Amino acid sequence: MRLQLVKAAEHGSVVNWPLDQPLSDWSIEGMQKVAGLHRHVVRMVEGETSYVVKELPDPLAEREWRLLRELAEAGLPTAEVVGVVTDRDDDADGLLITRHLDFSLPYRTLLSGRGLRIPYLGERVLDALAGLLVRLHLAGFYWGDCSLSNTLFRRDASALAAYIIDVETGERHETLSVGQRQLDLQIAAENVFGGLLDLQMGGLLAEGIDPVETALAIEQSYERLWEELTGVDEFNADETFRVDQRLRRLHDLGFDAAELELVTTVDGSRLRLVPRVVEHGFRAQRLRTLTGLEAGENQSRRLLNDISRYRAVLEQRGGRKVPESVAAARWLDERFESALAAIPPEMASKLEPAELYHQVLEHRWFLSERAGGDVGLDETVASYVAEVLSNAPAEQTLTSDET
Amino acid sequence: MSTLRMRNLQKRYDNGFEAVARLDLEIHDGEFLVLVGPPGSGKSTVLRMVAGLEDITGGELLIDDVVVNAKGPQQRDVAMVFQSYALYPNMTVADNIALAMRLPDTDTVTIAAKVAEVAELLALTAVLARKPGELSGSQRQLVAMGRALVRNPKLFLMDEPLSNLDAKLRLRTRAEICKLQRRLGVTTMYVTHDPIEAMTMGDRVAVLRRGVLMQCASPADLYEAPDNLFVAQFIGSPTMNVVLGSVSAGDGDRLDLEVGGHTVSLTGAAGARLHGLRSYTGRDIAVGLRAEALRNPGTEAVDGAVGVVVDLVETLGSELLVHCTVAAPSVRAVDGGVEISDQRESSIVASLDPRNQVAVGDRLRLTVDTLRMHAFDLESGAAIGRQ
Repeated sequence: MRLQLVKAAEHGSVVNWPLDQPLSDWSIEGMQKVAGLHRHVVRMVEGETSYVVKELPDPLAEREWRLLRELAEAGLPTAEVVGVVTDRDDDADGLLITRHLDFSLPYRTLLSGRGLRIPYLGERVLDALAGLLVRLHLAGFYWGDCSLSNTLFRRDASALAAYIIDVETGERHETLSVGQRQLDLQIAAENVFGGLLDLQMGGLLAEGIDPVETALAIEQSYERLWEELTGVDEFNADETFRVDQRLRRLHDLGFDAAELELVTTVDGSRLRLVPRVVEHGFRAQRLRTLTGLEAGENQSRRLLNDISRYRAVLEQRGGRKVPESVAAARWLDERFESALAAIPPEMASKLEPAELYHQVLEHRWFLSERAGGDVGLDETVASYVAEVLSNAPAEQTLTSDET
Repeated sequence: MSTLRMRNLQKRYDNGFEAVARLDLEIHDGEFLVLVGPPGSGKSTVLRMVAGLEDITGGELLIDDVVVNAKGPQQRDVAMVFQSYALYPNMTVADNIALAMRLPDTDTVTIAAKVAEVAELLALTAVLARKPGELSGSQRQLVAMGRALVRNPKLFLMDEPLSNLDAKLRLRTRAEICKLQRRLGVTTMYVTHDPIEAMTMGDRVAVLRRGVLMQCASPADLYEAPDNLFVAQFIGSPTMNVVLGSVSAGDGDRLDLEVGGHTVSLTGAAGARLHGLRSYTGRDIAVGLRAEALRNPGTEAVDGAVGVVVDLVETLGSELLVHCTVAAPSVRAVDGGVEISDQRESSIVASLDPRNQVAVGDRLRLTVDTLRMHAFDLESGAAIGRQ
């Protein structure tokens, strides 16, 4: 038997598992079945760090181990791979071990709407999936089996972020052909349709989500985003402000153009703009640089806006300019961490810190609207804890309640 | 039902690497054609070009006489059957099969008719109302196949679908795929790296090497009449024995082959079969013999036998595989041509009747079935003219 393990110091408990036994026979502490559509035996081991273990043939396990690591190295949203076990006795299948994605929402729970308040849920899901596919395709990764059960979702402020967790059918290329992208999209639309229809037939689909409409809308959302990220702009030579406009649109979508190509037409009267390399996480990177906080792209946009507002407040109070880095440091201490510290610890762990703060800001807006004037942060946090957080499920290791 | 034609099909990447070089190949209506070759032979690239996943950089691809180079995967009506479809637990078998037709919306009458047709082909009619959880494993596989069939594909494309299965399951699934394809009659292109799998499944087998078609023929023809040394040694297990020999003219029409210090004469039908050897008189060639073309005459006095020393005996029950040393260098196909070993001796394998009493160290004189002998040019590796 061969175990390959990353960050052994962090994941040392794995070596004590009965790795030589069939996964379906394990009975270690924290074991749970994982609901959903699986080709293989899948179990979760819950604990201080939670893991997902999948049993599959050695070649597939090794392939997925390699691909997940490549995806992570490329900065793509995926499950963190922890280890792979191969060459078990009696030609038993191998094991792939990934770290459970904290605060991820399994699709069966997410789309049933039970206990989770997510407005425009259908749109959020399709935008998240389309966005994930675009990012994968930009990196030359063909998925081959995009589906709801191969994806995890996480709150990202008012949006959802999607993470790829099953790459058995995946392939990595330098670039993808149009045919590969088209087929991947077709598979995604059909699988999402099937997944939603299956939930509907089981009486588990939240109201207002139409399987056909949602599946077809994925293709439209994908094409729009793909065009925005890779399409060629042509404009008059004296309209260079269009470059800024394009960059701002990319930033609004959470991307940055690491490389742009500007080409003059033969007669010199027109310019063609081609984004060559686009990278996701423009705002997340800015937030990380300013504050050290890790957050999703939309969460980062929200927090950066709050930093900007706080900077304006500080400048008004002090009567002078405040550098952004200074404003960010004070915001982190006086607003962000202060607000989170006011939440009882047993409730603070229900959501990711950045998501908690985003929801506090949302609640503040709601209270201010109701009061007809600004409501202070302390009062907001108290109200949020009492009215919202106390009734919300803990999402750190949320699993579907079906088995 | 459909035909597929590849005319001068080429795949050259931007860095200049040519994965597929001017391929001319046809798949006839209802045929099961297997593409086989070692890793890097271009077989998956060919399948992906047919599927629309790889852009074609040269030549034409025709489905039913229509050039489809510029068409995307969906427009080509090909069904790729190399991944398992998930079966949805809350949906009946009928609903699962019909899934692809419901997006976009097809009318219910058409859906019902198509589902009934596919279910009958797959012997699933009796279970249409059941849920996947109530089916056997093989029934679930058939439902997954049904999801591909319901699209009315012109072609099935399968890229090493069995490579991750254990040996027993692979054999069983291989047989099921063949039976199903014969029953459905859907034109199929199947890719594998395993020559045994290719030979057991295909109506015809196309052997590829470094993007070049080496031979396309029925399994029997590939085995009995390989066009070149590469095909001769790639197809067949055990591998064809190929050693250095030389040709000389004998009395009359007779040709003599000297192999390992022994002379094997080709007369009559055997000489006529390898008539091309006449132009090689006085020259060296590669002599090929499959394991079953060697016989142990025992105490019988024979001419033209080849002396060998037994190194290993594998008792398989139905045959003995006898590994021997012969006093002749081995010859093999390599990139760019043919390689002759610099060792004066080489190992060959003979398939003998299990009643033979043979032990390690025995010195045998094996007779050669000259009607099953092969000869190859040492420069090009091409088979020397057969009748």
